[in-house]
Amino acid sequence: MPLLEIRSLSKSIGPAEILRDINLSVERGEILGLIGPTGSGKTTLLRLVNLLDESSSGSILFDGSLISGRPEREKLAVRRKMAMVFQKPVMFKARVEENVSFGLKMRGRDDAEEMRGRVKEALAAVGLSGYESRDANTLSGGETQRIALARAIILQPELLLLDEPTANLDPRSAASIDSLLQSLAGGSTAVILATHNMQQCRKLADRVAVLQAGRLTAQGKSEEIFGPEEKSKVSGPHACGITLPW
Amino acid sequence: MEEIYSGLLRALELIASGDPQVVEITFRSLFISLSSAFLAGIICIPLGGIIEFRQFRGKRALINLIQTLYSLPTVTVGLLVFLLISRSGPLGGLNLLFSPVGMIFGQAILVSPIMVGLTVTALAGVSPQIRDTARSLGATEMQIIVTVIKEARVAVIAAVLLGFGRALSEVGVAMMIGGNIRGYTRVLTTAIALETSMGNIELSMALGIILISISLAINILLNRFQGR
Repeated sequence: MPLLEIRSLSKSIGPAEILRDINLSVERGEILGLIGPTGSGKTTLLRLVNLLDESSSGSILFDGSLISGRPEREKLAVRRKMAMVFQKPVMFKARVEENVSFGLKMRGRDDAEEMRGRVKEALAAVGLSGYESRDANTLSGGETQRIALARAIILQPELLLLDEPTANLDPRSAASIDSLLQSLAGGSTAVILATHNMQQCRKLADRVAVLQAGRLTAQGKSEEIFGPEEKSKVSGPHACGITLPW
Repeated sequence: MEEIYSGLLRALELIASGDPQVVEITFRSLFISLSSAFLAGIICIPLGGIIEFRQFRGKRALINLIQTLYSLPTVTVGLLVFLLISRSGPLGGLNLLFSPVGMIFGQAILVSPIMVGLTVTALAGVSPQIRDTARSLGATEMQIIVTVIKEARVAVIAAVLLGFGRALSEVGVAMMIGGNIRGYTRVLTTAIALETSMGNIELSMALGIILISISLAINILLNRFQGR
């Protein structure tokens, strides 16, 4: 049984159709690359999966149970098995330590010693050891992105939703985050990685779904979408007959 | 000019020597206004939160009404509270008329629109992404509200301080509900009005200087909170 299953999902805002008839599944421990140009609906899809917004039609199943359209109490229980990193993350007006431990506190964890230890581990994982006491609102864009990632992985989610997680990072930092994601996905965490960076997607994703103008135009294993011969190249996909417009 | 100058000197002498009457009136003023700001704060901050976080019909009209009430004349509130707590009023049995508790009640009503309105404005100023981030990290609705209030804490504290300043400087409620009873309900503003009419200009000026100094202190505090 897949960890996440999306069936005929559509989302409209007024007359605008943002997503149409999306069918997708994610297995435990895999990285699903969600690629598409800006405005193709990647963020909307991640928000629907994270139960931040309601779909117009269709259903979302998590671990075999229907989670879309359920009461807030049930949604909260499922949302606590996930974590999302937004494309432009915001920090709470507090120190880095409070930001990173926020989700744990929301879950009622109050062992200060344990919390400090986990914050330390999460910060080390994103390469920002020693940042605990820094004011989270004085960080650079790249640092903010990495703190947002630490804030998500500290929760050890079953499903990690990443919206352009390395968009603000320099190549070296981006490479270290890529390694972190690979090590995460080796365990029990599944990742949906929304990106327009095909090189990153090809490097990390086990499977790839291509989103164009709100429709899923292709999905399959990374090699099927990008082609095995292009695995080390930076150029565009050759993708089961599809042509990407960017 | 000579009279003003000598009056000012005498007023400063009264303050410096810790004149018992000046000290007593000042502390009573601070106690009543701080109490009314505190009472209004514990009601108005959650109320502002409810108005901001709930979607309901007439929300915009309600906010407009609250903002209109910012400049509510103090004598109008005094009259309203007088009618409520006078012997024949619905709360007449509580014996609040001409008492400090009645003044606290009246001033709390007076400053409530400012506190509710500024709390709503402060919470609305917090980025919607903060709510999304808190929600996505597993916060309950109540935890999200607390998080947003914490994010807006500087502006919320400013709202309480502004309410305190308005309570301290108003005269209508203090006069109509307190009755300006010496040693019991006489506060800075009512004392200034009375002493001036009686020709005790030095005492009036001393009390006026204290009132202005407290207002200045509130302003400095406000600016410090707002990081200016």
